Amino acid sequence: MSRKLFKFKGGVHPPEHKAESNVRPLHAAPLPGKLVIPLRQHIGNPAKPVVEVGERVLKGQMIGAADGYISAAVHASSSGIVTAIGPAAVPHISGLPDLCITLSTDGRDEWIAHAPLDYQAMAAADLRMKLRDMGIAGLGGAVFPSAVKLDPGAAHSCPTLIINGGECEPWITCDDMLMRSRAGDILQGVAVMRHLLGSTEILVGIEDNKPEAIAAMQAAAQSLDFAVDVVAVPATYPAGGAKQLIETLTGRQVPSGKLSTDIGIQVFNVGTAYALARAVHHGEPLISRLVTVTGHVLRPQNFEVLIGTPMHTLITLAGERDGSTGALMGGPMMGMPMPDLEVPVVKATNCILVKSNALFPPLPKALPCIRCTRCADVCPAALQPQELFRFAKTGDFGRAQEYHLFDCIECGCCSYVCPSHIPLVDFYRYAKSEIWAREKEKRAADLARERHEFREFRLVREKKEKAEKLAAKAQAARAQAALDQAKPAGLAAAAAPELAAAPSDADAKKALIAAALARAQAKKAGVVPKNTDHLPPGTQREIEEIEARRAKIRELARQPLESEEKKP
Amino acid sequence: MITAILVMVVLAVAVGLVLGWSAVRFKVEGNPLAEKIDAILPQTQCGQCGFPGCRPYAEAIAKGEADINQCPPGGEEGIKKLAELLGVEPKPLDEAHGAPKPKSVAFIDEQLCIGCTLCIQACPVDAISGAAKQMHTIIAAECTGCELCVAPCPVDCIAMVPIAEDLPHWKWKYPVIELKRVA
Repeated sequence: MSRKLFKFKGGVHPPEHKAESNVRPLHAAPLPGKLVIPLRQHIGNPAKPVVEVGERVLKGQMIGAADGYISAAVHASSSGIVTAIGPAAVPHISGLPDLCITLSTDGRDEWIAHAPLDYQAMAAADLRMKLRDMGIAGLGGAVFPSAVKLDPGAAHSCPTLIINGGECEPWITCDDMLMRSRAGDILQGVAVMRHLLGSTEILVGIEDNKPEAIAAMQAAAQSLDFAVDVVAVPATYPAGGAKQLIETLTGRQVPSGKLSTDIGIQVFNVGTAYALARAVHHGEPLISRLVTVTGHVLRPQNFEVLIGTPMHTLITLAGERDGSTGALMGGPMMGMPMPDLEVPVVKATNCILVKSNALFPPLPKALPCIRCTRCADVCPAALQPQELFRFAKTGDFGRAQEYHLFDCIECGCCSYVCPSHIPLVDFYRYAKSEIWAREKEKRAADLARERHEFREFRLVREKKEKAEKLAAKAQAARAQAALDQAKPAGLAAAAAPELAAAPSDADAKKALIAAALARAQAKKAGVVPKNTDHLPPGTQREIEEIEARRAKIRELARQPLESEEKKP
Repeated sequence: MITAILVMVVLAVAVGLVLGWSAVRFKVEGNPLAEKIDAILPQTQCGQCGFPGCRPYAEAIAKGEADINQCPPGGEEGIKKLAELLGVEPKPLDEAHGAPKPKSVAFIDEQLCIGCTLCIQACPVDAISGAAKQMHTIIAAECTGCELCVAPCPVDCIAMVPIAEDLPHWKWKYPVIELKRVA
């Protein structure tokens, strides 16, 4: 099976360092005493906790439910008691805590009841929802919920399905080990993807530095009832980038700002295919993954790790060495430094790369950009990194977007070749995050404007409604008064109803006031002091005396002038 | 000579008609400049600029009745954008209208709230839910942090809480790199 391959622009050849970790067999990491499972492990809305502190959960039980369409559930990786639901350290460069569910494992590793899915009999939408509830997300690094990617959308099919076994990043070998040991399962997952996407062409792209993996996948592909083309692609960093792999295999480029599905291609990582196979054929949600532990450790190797296992446990298993200077999650090109090593392994953790000064000497101090454009030569997205750097540095984000900043895949080729040692990718990440923050602010401002305008409109409307109501009431009262006046007028008035029905405003008002006064007086007369009935004669006499005095005083007060005259 | 004058007159009338017609046909409703200014303003509706809301301030700027440096929530960046739009020099924020503060949202201490609805009446964006003699609460996602609800509260149960940095709000910092000193 030889296939015409294409070459994508740019790329670099950093030392591979794969042999350190792929020579030792794959081991399952032992069950830790404590599992910390973050609720935000995927792109989209974080999962919502559905268990309570103190509750006993079983292995594979859903502990966080998917919230919305772009979301995925999270599950207990082993059986045990929920000891905390709250902010805890997560593997994020900022070191900020995030909502996690902490489990104290009981060592029994007891599974919840689970059964394989009959995916061919299920409706596609139901199957996708099921996969979302099983927590399946892209394990290549982006952790995008797979259920969303498995929806072919309006096109109803996605002709080309590419399975990404590129694994171009140095040091990492987890996909390599997965393909070597579980090729059959991976292809079972591919069958489910093919079923959902209706793909007719299935390609597996594997870098040619993994001959064992290629052989294993090719052997497994023989026994399938559909054609899978396992293709060896030249090892160039970043040949395993989705857009680069698409170009290498098909010669087609994903246009700027578009998705690969817009040109009828969908790409999944081999790890995702494997997780999908476990979910569909075994009913197991995504609770473990393969993790490479390498770098400055005694026995670099791959482990099958339960999600939530502290990274430090794995480093200890691989043999901790003195002189480590922290660890990266991911590889040296795109990996993120971890704020501390007690953070848990999550769905996105493909590699824990322990650093040392010998393996990763600190970057030399930067020099100003000399505009040599070596970065532009290696950029696989065909951008102008030196220009983007200039715009990001000066905060000219509009120009940065004009220069397609968002096509940057943050592969790090530009930083790798920069003779001035400028951390270019950090500037692009900064610029992207600023632009997102601004867009968010803009949306918030638009919402505030809309709400304020509606409030203004509502206030005016309420005022108008009140005025109209009052006017209507006055009108009704006036009509009533006119009717009352008209009645005694008798036949004469009846003969000229227009005259009676339209008395002058002043008369109506007077009539209204008179009526109101009469009502008030009647009310007043009706009220009799209650404590003056049935009084004993003595009290009655006292009251009479007081009333007489009051009458006298009133009399006096009425003739103040007379009394003044009497005084001298 | 007469022909020339006639031609010019006819031409003038024709052009005048076309212009008059297009003035009616393509009439722009509202002030487009005020719209553009309003789009830059942060829509906090706090009134610190001295106008009852962002839109009136935008209109005042458009008419040249207000300066561009009266909006503390917009900050220096807002002033810069306004200056760029209007083609004037940016100037420092007028301290008389207040100083920029970290973005915050109002928070009602529900134990103390007596349900007087004064804050609801003060809120410019209807971000407070509640009714007379019922406890009130802030809809945090819609609160602009204008502080207009703080003063009317008779029991001082409203506090402004700065928005804490968490993962969804986290931003990459500007990379600080040490430069090598060369002669």
